Amino acid sequence: MKVLVAVKRVIDYNVKVRVKSDHTDVDLANVKMALNPFCEIAVEEAVRLKEAGTASEVVVVSIGPKACQEQIRTALALGADRGIQIETDTMPESLNVAKLLAKVVEAEQPQLVILGKQSIDADNNQTGQMLGALLDLPQGTFASDVKVAGDKVNVTREVDGGLQTLALNLPAIVTTDLRLNEPRYASLPNIMKAKKKPLEVKTPTDLGVELKSHTRLLNVTPPAERQAGIRVSSVDELVDKLKNEAKVLRGG
Amino acid sequence: MPEYKAPLKDIHFVLNDLLAFDLHYRALPGCEDATPDMVSAIIEEGARFAERVLAPLNQTGDKEGCQFDNGNVRTPTGFREAYQQYVEGGWPSLSHDAEWGGQGLPDSLGMVINELTSTANWSWSMYPGLSHGAMNTLEEHGTDEQKQTYLTKLVSGEWTGTMCLTEPHCGTDLGLLRTRAEPNADGSYAISGTKIFISAGEHDMADNIVHIVLARLPDAPEGTKGISLFIVPKHLPDANGAAGERNAVSCGSIEHKMGIHGNATCVMNFDGATGYLIGPPNKGLNCMFTFMNTARLGTALQGLAHSEWGLQNSLTYARERLQMRALNGPAAPEKSADPIIVHPEVRKMLLTQKAFAEGGRALIYYCSMLVDMTKHADGETRANADTQLALLTPIAKAFLTEVGFESANHALQVYGGHGYISEWGMEQNVRDCRISMLYEGTTQIQALDLLGRKVLMTQGETLKSFTRVVHKFCQAAEEDPKLRAFTGPLAKLNREWGDLTQQIGMKAMMNREEVGAASVDYLMYSGYVTLAYFWARMAQAAQLKLAAGEGDAAFYRAKLTTARFYFERILPRTRGLVETMLSGASNLMELPEDQFVPE
Repeated sequence: MKVLVAVKRVIDYNVKVRVKSDHTDVDLANVKMALNPFCEIAVEEAVRLKEAGTASEVVVVSIGPKACQEQIRTALALGADRGIQIETDTMPESLNVAKLLAKVVEAEQPQLVILGKQSIDADNNQTGQMLGALLDLPQGTFASDVKVAGDKVNVTREVDGGLQTLALNLPAIVTTDLRLNEPRYASLPNIMKAKKKPLEVKTPTDLGVELKSHTRLLNVTPPAERQAGIRVSSVDELVDKLKNEAKVLRGG
Repeated sequence: MPEYKAPLKDIHFVLNDLLAFDLHYRALPGCEDATPDMVSAIIEEGARFAERVLAPLNQTGDKEGCQFDNGNVRTPTGFREAYQQYVEGGWPSLSHDAEWGGQGLPDSLGMVINELTSTANWSWSMYPGLSHGAMNTLEEHGTDEQKQTYLTKLVSGEWTGTMCLTEPHCGTDLGLLRTRAEPNADGSYAISGTKIFISAGEHDMADNIVHIVLARLPDAPEGTKGISLFIVPKHLPDANGAAGERNAVSCGSIEHKMGIHGNATCVMNFDGATGYLIGPPNKGLNCMFTFMNTARLGTALQGLAHSEWGLQNSLTYARERLQMRALNGPAAPEKSADPIIVHPEVRKMLLTQKAFAEGGRALIYYCSMLVDMTKHADGETRANADTQLALLTPIAKAFLTEVGFESANHALQVYGGHGYISEWGMEQNVRDCRISMLYEGTTQIQALDLLGRKVLMTQGETLKSFTRVVHKFCQAAEEDPKLRAFTGPLAKLNREWGDLTQQIGMKAMMNREEVGAASVDYLMYSGYVTLAYFWARMAQAAQLKLAAGEGDAAFYRAKLTTARFYFERILPRTRGLVETMLSGASNLMELPEDQFVPE
């Protein structure tokens, strides 16, 4: 069984995000970039399936400028077998990503496609779902447990009311939640081997996809700075302030 | 709780902008695998491991310490598991020969990874650190059979190693050592004696421990010319090469000490333990010298580690702690008080740490490049690297640990009274750092080594190998008006360095005590000038990037500002050192012993 994993290059979760002074976007110049944490979990899950003998090959795909090859190499160092980069000038929006991935799925014919449920930069949480719709494949989102059984995959999902387990016919799309697994550290020999693993570069034109913009980013502003607190001298003063200044309490 | 974030930006600055590691690796035979993208991927993963696995165990390791129970040592919670992860990650093998299971990457890259693990958790990093000493000895002097049996297990990390030198009555002066090696019928030796201060001598992290032991053969000459090296494994290897029968070597106790509580400092008793000669008989001390330089650089790293750890945490504190107002009026009027970083004296403490941490990194990485050359290059390049390394090693070891300790003290001071409270982790940083000026040769021993053995004994030739480098740099950069503030004073100091050496040399011809009396001041002076060279080079590298409009301008501007701080606030310390080092031996030697404390 072949597993395809889609990964995205995003700002490192440790970095303090800054907005550009003209508010057009987040400032990514000279900022540490990393593999999106949800995508890392997706890679880990695929590698575990391979180690368990369920998967025979793990292919990892990323879309973006050449720099995203770093994240593909990271995934290869974690245990994926080969990589595909789809070269674009900028980071395309979710629907374009889904369309490109759909073409890769058609060409590669994986039994399972694993994606992160969302990327920590845009937080859209839609690529996996769009991909499912475009390919008309069953989808199991927010997975906290994935078990392949014959021609089905059982996906336990973290839903509002608790856990829901679905049996999906393969091929299927799975998006990962945070608790699915704890990704490993890449070992030194595997980092070195990753460099020798095949990495194929394609363009949207190769895949016959025309990138279109359906949304426009208007403005980015940082969250308001938290104001310093004050110390109140009595419960009465607190209640008074909550009522009259903060206006979060009514009547009396 | 203190935290650690790998200073990747600065590491990449030193590797790429300052020292051009990509060119260095390309020129080194056998280092082709170390391409920039590979180097960067390896450092990033090492950083993750250090930040997420090791750093969280630093404070708990100190609190818990090692527990001794009837010959066994239990390391602090999590140490063993972290070591397992380290081994699974293949990290012990990084810079060792592929023939014995290594990855064959350059030593300098190993040094970068060591910086990360060491800063995150010094006590923990000593366990794999000591293995490196044993591995280098085996690599250099072991037979193929010994390498097959022991080196492969050390390279994989399944076993760890130690270096057993010190005995109760002999530390610095190894000529006095008494541990005996009696030949057995089968060609092995029975080793008997007691070794003390053996770091990582006993622990629960690996299946076996390979001790490299200094001992005397029955017919050995007195003194340092009668010392041989032996391999003494805790468990003798069985027919399959696995840890088998227990050898007659045991841990008698562990020391209760000021810091590095997470590392076991052991008394090791050898009771006729089976040992195997490594290297030629009676040449043990010569064999040791081949890796002594790298071991000392490893300790120099400790100075950098505690500077960096202190800087990162005291900076966070200085930006968060609200107290008083800025002297020119409120800097953060919306807050109840200003963060203490607005105050000049707080900034001085932070900048001092920054100057030593970043300057120390440049010096150590430079030295590790020289180590690469001594292993992989030939002819003049190799000889030159050897000579420079001989000079810079005692400087890096003693100077960086002295200023590392100063940094650790500043970090504590930034916290005010809270620095004295364990919870913040700053007093631990001071305690852990303190040992670095003692082991692997005290500051005073390094100073004698530098001035006596390295500089004066070679008639200044060793010194010239480096002052020539500094001179060339100053000359080439002379035309650049933006760098004149750095190259001017540096060139002057560089000349003075040679003059001072001559003056002391002249006095020493009349009285050898003049060497001892000038030595530590001379070493510290040498350290400040050496670091000035690296700060001037960093200023140049930053200037070039700014002029080209490349990279993070704020980062490069900060380099220039810190260089200026170093030249204006730190480098003038050389003035006092010149005066004291030339003041002669008599002000130290005149006072009768019984008048130090008059009765």
